[in-house]
Amino acid sequence: MARIELKINGQDRQLDADPQMPLLWALRDLLDMTGTKYGCGRALCGACTVHIDGEAARSCSIMLGEAQGREITTIEGVSGPVADAVVGAWRELDVVQCGYCQSGQIMSAITLLSKNRKPSDEDIDASMEGNICRCGTYQRIRAAILESAKKIGGDQ
Amino acid sequence: MTRHTDAPESLSRRRFLKAAASTVFILGFYVPLGRRTASAQTPPSETPAPNLFLKIDSDNIITVISKYFEMGQGVVTGVATLLAEELEADWSKLRFEFAPNDVATYNNLVFGPVMVTGGSASMAGSWMQMRKVGAAARTMMIEAAAKKWKVPEAELRAENSTVVHTSGKSATYAELAADAMQLPVPQDAPLKDPADWKLIGKNVPRLDSAEKTDGKALFAMDVKRPGMLTAAIAHPPLFGAKVKSFDATASEAIPGVEEVVQIPAGVAVLAKDSWSALRGRDALKVEWDTSGAETRSDEQIFAEYRQQAQGEGLVATKRGDAGKALPSAAQKLTAEFTFPFLAHTPMEPLNCILDFDGDKAEMWSGCQLQSIDEHVLSEVLGIESKRIRIHTLLGGGSFGRRGNPLGDWVAELAQIGKAMKSRAPVHLLWSREDDIRGGYYRPIVLHQLEAGLDDSGNIAGWQHKVVTQSLFTGTPFAALMVKDGVDHSSVEGLADTPYQIDNFNVRVYNAESPVPVLWWRSVGHTHTAHVMETVIDELARMAGRDPLQYRLELLPEARDREVLQLVAGKSGWGGSTGENRGRGIAFHKSFGTRVAMVADVSIDEGDFTVDKITAAVDCGVAINPDVVTAQIEGAIGFALSTLLRNRITLKDGRVQQSNFHNYEPTRIREMPAVEVHIVQSAEPPSGIGEPGVPPLAPAVGNAIAAATGKRMYAMPFSLKA
Repeated sequence: MARIELKINGQDRQLDADPQMPLLWALRDLLDMTGTKYGCGRALCGACTVHIDGEAARSCSIMLGEAQGREITTIEGVSGPVADAVVGAWRELDVVQCGYCQSGQIMSAITLLSKNRKPSDEDIDASMEGNICRCGTYQRIRAAILESAKKIGGDQ
Repeated sequence: MTRHTDAPESLSRRRFLKAAASTVFILGFYVPLGRRTASAQTPPSETPAPNLFLKIDSDNIITVISKYFEMGQGVVTGVATLLAEELEADWSKLRFEFAPNDVATYNNLVFGPVMVTGGSASMAGSWMQMRKVGAAARTMMIEAAAKKWKVPEAELRAENSTVVHTSGKSATYAELAADAMQLPVPQDAPLKDPADWKLIGKNVPRLDSAEKTDGKALFAMDVKRPGMLTAAIAHPPLFGAKVKSFDATASEAIPGVEEVVQIPAGVAVLAKDSWSALRGRDALKVEWDTSGAETRSDEQIFAEYRQQAQGEGLVATKRGDAGKALPSAAQKLTAEFTFPFLAHTPMEPLNCILDFDGDKAEMWSGCQLQSIDEHVLSEVLGIESKRIRIHTLLGGGSFGRRGNPLGDWVAELAQIGKAMKSRAPVHLLWSREDDIRGGYYRPIVLHQLEAGLDDSGNIAGWQHKVVTQSLFTGTPFAALMVKDGVDHSSVEGLADTPYQIDNFNVRVYNAESPVPVLWWRSVGHTHTAHVMETVIDELARMAGRDPLQYRLELLPEARDREVLQLVAGKSGWGGSTGENRGRGIAFHKSFGTRVAMVADVSIDEGDFTVDKITAAVDCGVAINPDVVTAQIEGAIGFALSTLLRNRITLKDGRVQQSNFHNYEPTRIREMPAVEVHIVQSAEPPSGIGEPGVPPLAPAVGNAIAAATGKRMYAMPFSLKA
């Protein structure tokens, strides 16, 4: 056990935990931030995607020790024009079905659009192929990303 | 389960619950509902029962209580649409919650008496019931206002959760609720003219989109109880194996691990958090007793099925005499189709929470089969059903897995609850590996058939054998589905094919295995559709006919033909596809719904890509066309993985797959463009959650055959064989 200091959604959080514990479980079990989901535990499905220093990262495969001192953002804390556009488009197009993977999908989509305001289909494939949706909502995920790009002015 | 035979005391008896302070109106009453039928496609039912379906609070928020479980299929939106339409409710102020386990009130009118969501039957079961509830409540609100204002009811109308008088005076439902509650419940409140529908048939936004896009949606995985422990189970490495002995020394040394208990299902490690529980489980040393366990490999299972198919089997369909007709056929086709075990892999792995004090129990679960889960808890914990409260939560997918008639993981939870020394709430967590290796698969299926054409290319005879494990035998649903040993789900979509085939014989062979099997989205249609539509397509080619025209001539029902004609028109059927491309068509009816698909594929270096799927669907009234479209799109994304690669294989009984790297669902890059066209219909609604799955494989397979001449007789598809 060790004292772990995390910066999550702009707030400083302190934990007494094993530095080897994956960030995913610390978020969910120790900090009650359950929007980030467990799907595979091996960085294969993307349900646990968070932002670390602005990059999409699989929280199931990052240990608390590695996450210390870095800016962590979860679905509960995303904000700004890109996040608003993405979440808004997801709702307008009713992308979700079961919804379990969608936190992770949205986190990956925000990263993509933050760096690339006018993504091509290939860009979308490359950024989103680590996120599995078993309900098969991919067509709407793609459409929502393109719609978000429009909203943030990327298509002009 | 016993059949519910109590006669209703009165069709107009109301029931008022002591409501939470902010809830001003709770409506419950008997709804008369015509005759019960076991069919999912006709509007059910009777078994009048007291129903409790809506609450109105002081802010005029209306909460629809859904007896159906939401696993992504849009059911709560559909149920609420039906109720709100007749209630004239303000959609923006509508909420939903899940009904408690109470089969008398929340009986499934299609399959009951049972509380279950499944068989793509929720809209069929809700169509009359929820509209009648809404119409009765609207009528009561108007009557309350008429009495209050001393005006004739004819001068009042209901809109946006408000009653408005011609003078302009108005009152919200919340304001009228106390008076309305005192009125008798009308039994024949008129339903609206479809021409006046404001919600049905419109793309009403899903009720669960907001909470599923900000991290707030509550799945069982997210439930926290004070002092809760998390449990992970070391399951047997072979199906049917049992614990011989175990050493928990290493597990108990892991910080956070509180307790290790042996249960019938394996050895459970209980810890303060998920990670410690999973680590503790991995650190266990367990010796297994493998006598009686499945030790075969899947090749061996197929070989044994081929052997079994040499025998007599059971007659599923005997129309004419195919055996007599086939020898004189002008052309013959013999084929064998193979289907592997498939895992459901919902994104949220199985999990559930139990709080048991030795006398009463509460469970939180993405619960699809409340009646069974309640029964399982009752049996294992040794307490009466009425001492069990099930909280149904959103499910992170199911595809059939959460509705197990044996309640396998709920039984494990109860076993832990009974065995553990600490009286803490416990959360049973399955890892993805547990999920993929945990059985309850779509079973292995072997089809063998011989079909013949006469001189004119018409089907002269068709003999067919199906070897598989029965899904329903030994479950509480056996009486519904198994007749004289023939499990209808083994041959559904085949034995009852809509194609007119005069000499048609189908036999079924029930296989046995310790590998537990379960319905998997679209059940028997997962394999029968592919076989039927591949063979029909091949027969059309043998007869030198266009596959679309050939089908149209074999389908006597106009609704069947209409779906095919719609998809043909929208897809440009008959046009040229270009080099290394192919186009295929397929049609299948399941759960009362007809779906036709045209697939466009490209062939490149011995592999195929699905470029586009054009689909047409007739599901009766499309209560929410956007949800219907989404279900077809999603079914395509879901089912595509079974064409591309998914299979559970056994080697000496061991499951060889473990996680998404070797049991990989469809990825976004592989998703074809999907276009969905809905037949306008005034018929009662039929299923939509499952019917999009069956036609995909044959449409794609037929497209591959059109491009390469190779038929896809095995799933997953391979162009190399």
